[in-house]
Amino acid sequence: MEDDPRTDRTPRLVTPRRRLLAAGAATGAMAWLGPKLGWVAQAHAATPPAKPTGQIVIGFSQEPTVFQPLLPHIEVDEGVYFNLFSALWRVDATGALQPDLVAEIPTVANGGISADGTHWHLKLNPKAKWHDATPFTAADVAFNIALIQNPKFLAGRRAGIDLIEQVTVIGPHELRFRVKKPYAPLSAILSWTFLVPKHLLEKVADINKPEAFLAHPIGTGAFKWGERVPGDHITLTAADSYHGVGPYVEKLIFKYIPDMTVLYTQFQTGTVDYVGIQGISPDRYAAARKLPDRIVAPAPQPFIENIAFNLGKPVFQDRAVREALYLAMDKKSIIQEIYYGLPTETESFLPSQSWAFNPKLPPHRFDPAKARALLDAAGWKPGAGGVREKNGVRLEFTNSTTAGNHTREQAQQLLQQNWQDIGARMSIKNLPPAVMWGDYWTYSKFDTTMVGLDFMVGPDPDATQYFGSGGIPAKGGGGDNTTQYVNPEVDKLLAQGAAEVDPAKRRPAYLRMQELTRRDLPYLPIFQYAMVQGVKKGLVGFTPNVNVQENSWNANSWYWAS
Amino acid sequence: MANFLLGRLVQSLVLLFIVSVIGFAVLHLAPGGPLAQFALTPGISHAELARMAHQMGLDQPLPVQYWAWLRRLLGGDWGHSYRDNQPVLAVILGRLPATLELMATAIVIAVLTGVWIGVMGAIRRYSIFDMLATIGAMIALSIPTFWFGLIVIYIFSVNLGWLPPGNRSTIGGGGGILDYLHHLIAPAIVLALVEVAVWSRYMRASMLDVINQDFIRTAHAKGLPARTVLWHHAMRNALLPMIALAGVEMPTLLGGALVTETVFTWPGMGRLLLDSLGYRDYPVVMGILMVSALLALLGNLAADLLAAVADPRIRLR
Repeated sequence: MEDDPRTDRTPRLVTPRRRLLAAGAATGAMAWLGPKLGWVAQAHAATPPAKPTGQIVIGFSQEPTVFQPLLPHIEVDEGVYFNLFSALWRVDATGALQPDLVAEIPTVANGGISADGTHWHLKLNPKAKWHDATPFTAADVAFNIALIQNPKFLAGRRAGIDLIEQVTVIGPHELRFRVKKPYAPLSAILSWTFLVPKHLLEKVADINKPEAFLAHPIGTGAFKWGERVPGDHITLTAADSYHGVGPYVEKLIFKYIPDMTVLYTQFQTGTVDYVGIQGISPDRYAAARKLPDRIVAPAPQPFIENIAFNLGKPVFQDRAVREALYLAMDKKSIIQEIYYGLPTETESFLPSQSWAFNPKLPPHRFDPAKARALLDAAGWKPGAGGVREKNGVRLEFTNSTTAGNHTREQAQQLLQQNWQDIGARMSIKNLPPAVMWGDYWTYSKFDTTMVGLDFMVGPDPDATQYFGSGGIPAKGGGGDNTTQYVNPEVDKLLAQGAAEVDPAKRRPAYLRMQELTRRDLPYLPIFQYAMVQGVKKGLVGFTPNVNVQENSWNANSWYWAS
Repeated sequence: MANFLLGRLVQSLVLLFIVSVIGFAVLHLAPGGPLAQFALTPGISHAELARMAHQMGLDQPLPVQYWAWLRRLLGGDWGHSYRDNQPVLAVILGRLPATLELMATAIVIAVLTGVWIGVMGAIRRYSIFDMLATIGAMIALSIPTFWFGLIVIYIFSVNLGWLPPGNRSTIGGGGGILDYLHHLIAPAIVLALVEVAVWSRYMRASMLDVINQDFIRTAHAKGLPARTVLWHHAMRNALLPMIALAGVEMPTLLGGALVTETVFTWPGMGRLLLDSLGYRDYPVVMGILMVSALLALLGNLAADLLAAVADPRIRLR
């Protein structure tokens, strides 16, 4: 395993791409026109072949291993799920929901969701079939909900689904359910809940180890299971019975290449057609752009690179310290010199493409003099070795991230210098991924960490897990609030945002919340990631999507220009 | 012979038990765990991770976890991989052929080339060939396998386009026997490189020992042709220590495969071990540890038996 998944994520693009992405999604043919225009629709898109033709090899630096999508899995597994399974709906590159297993997206306007958001009525796509030709029905949806709610089942994600009750199957393609309380992120959660077949899983002896299904999974996606050579590749083949657009290629192959250098070499030599997940590392961007017959360009991701503080430590409880460290951070050098100018500077925990993003947050300024003055005023006086102290607490701490991530290590070294200049001593304490993101991170045993986080729930801006005071694991909470951030106003805004279904009414809560996190700085936001995408020229339909974990999300509509 | 085999069997079982206890303890006492990979996955909360840890028994005391593992193992159940939920033995056996194929080819290359270089170096001691072979061996031992692999890919795949940049066969291409062999060339040579150096040095030293002994002088004095003396008398005696070397080199080759398999994206045991260690897939790591220990023990046992067969002076008790 090279680096932590969130490590070599490279920087991102310019914001006004949203409209352009929409255009691209509509035609299904994208091309990179440079940093000002981004990925846009090709003027003369080739037409897809009449029957599935050829193959596409997707290179991943992590191995997809979990083929029951409701079990705990990581982002690379979702790259396969998007093509093997289907959810009720999917999120396109503009953030809009598109029907998949449903005939239409339920809304308040079409009566699919009650005005208070508690009653849902789903109409399913009657053309949808499992790959073994069994019809997909409302009973399958009910089974999946029950399975996720089953306490004996090791469900990876339960939040939101656990609020569903009174599921009523009205007919083969129609069902109703009730939600205990209005919960806006439910639509987003259902967009990444890939459904599994009732007829194959309801009778397995151990629901957590359905060996036969895991060895030969059956879904409703555009591609069906071909073969898996563990540690090497997975082959999916075109499903004739697919209910949606495509597929246009005969085989979709996910090739596992753990070493990033080797992955790049195989892209260079033409063995791999698209470099997925972590993409191409920023230091290779310039060289990769010169490769003949390859399109290489950055595409935004929802991950925000941060310095996370452990607010349980006395030294970080003083807001002046966090503010001073932010002022002394040479953010531009990190982005320009270490990440080759690819990421976008940010002040928010939300990606700039989100409808809830606040573009009016106070911009960061690199001002060490002001940082020193702020610390002086707050009573942090230089002590032994030039390190500031206040009431016996020294401004001295560690910073941790995944060991072996060279890009981050350089950023850490720069920050070390930046902060030393204002009398703060930071030492680097990097750890292997299985250690770093285990109890050390979860139970807030760190001082500070450098981490890339997707705070959203799919395309939904709900960040209760990360900022809600009830979600601090070190204090017995069940969320991911590892900075131990507590702000009653934020709690109120999060509850308000999650309970309101109308995005227009939700937005003010999230705008205000971003102001508060920018002011309180439980995380120092550095940049929004973009991944350097590499695709072989002639691959039509590739559409980067900031709302999903992996850009193979629409491989059903990919094909080769003849 | 029967007593010898029985003794070795008991020794091996004790050793395997010790290896399992130490391996299990070290693996589980190291910080981190298999659920860390989900810590940053959007949508998976700490509460869900804690529930999973409980259901997987990861919150049990270490001796309880070890006893549960050992009891299952004695019953023939090697457990299930935490990563893909497949039975551990099936996971390992699925990867073993790729590693054995690579190792066997590398051994053949290493032994044939190394022995030949060693013999030539010994009989032409201090010649230009000998000096070049010595320098070459030093370089081969000093070059990191990882770097050498990348250089081979850069020259023969990226620039010349003669060899594939990795993989066991052409992706999605069906993979005929020639295709497999084409893909095998580069990784097998890279894996064999260090072994060639080791074998050539040992062979040279062993051969030098033998060719200066009385029975060789006697053979020459009898008027036997030089070729017969070399290949019939000297070579057979010089090869005896090599049998022991082959036994102890088995784990070294497994270690080399670890790196080679990563560079050439070869889906073998080495890659499986690296991935499993990275994800703290305890059942698979323990399975590989036990299989590797078993292979090492078998390698040494086979070397002892072969040595006894080849050398009548050795008696096994």
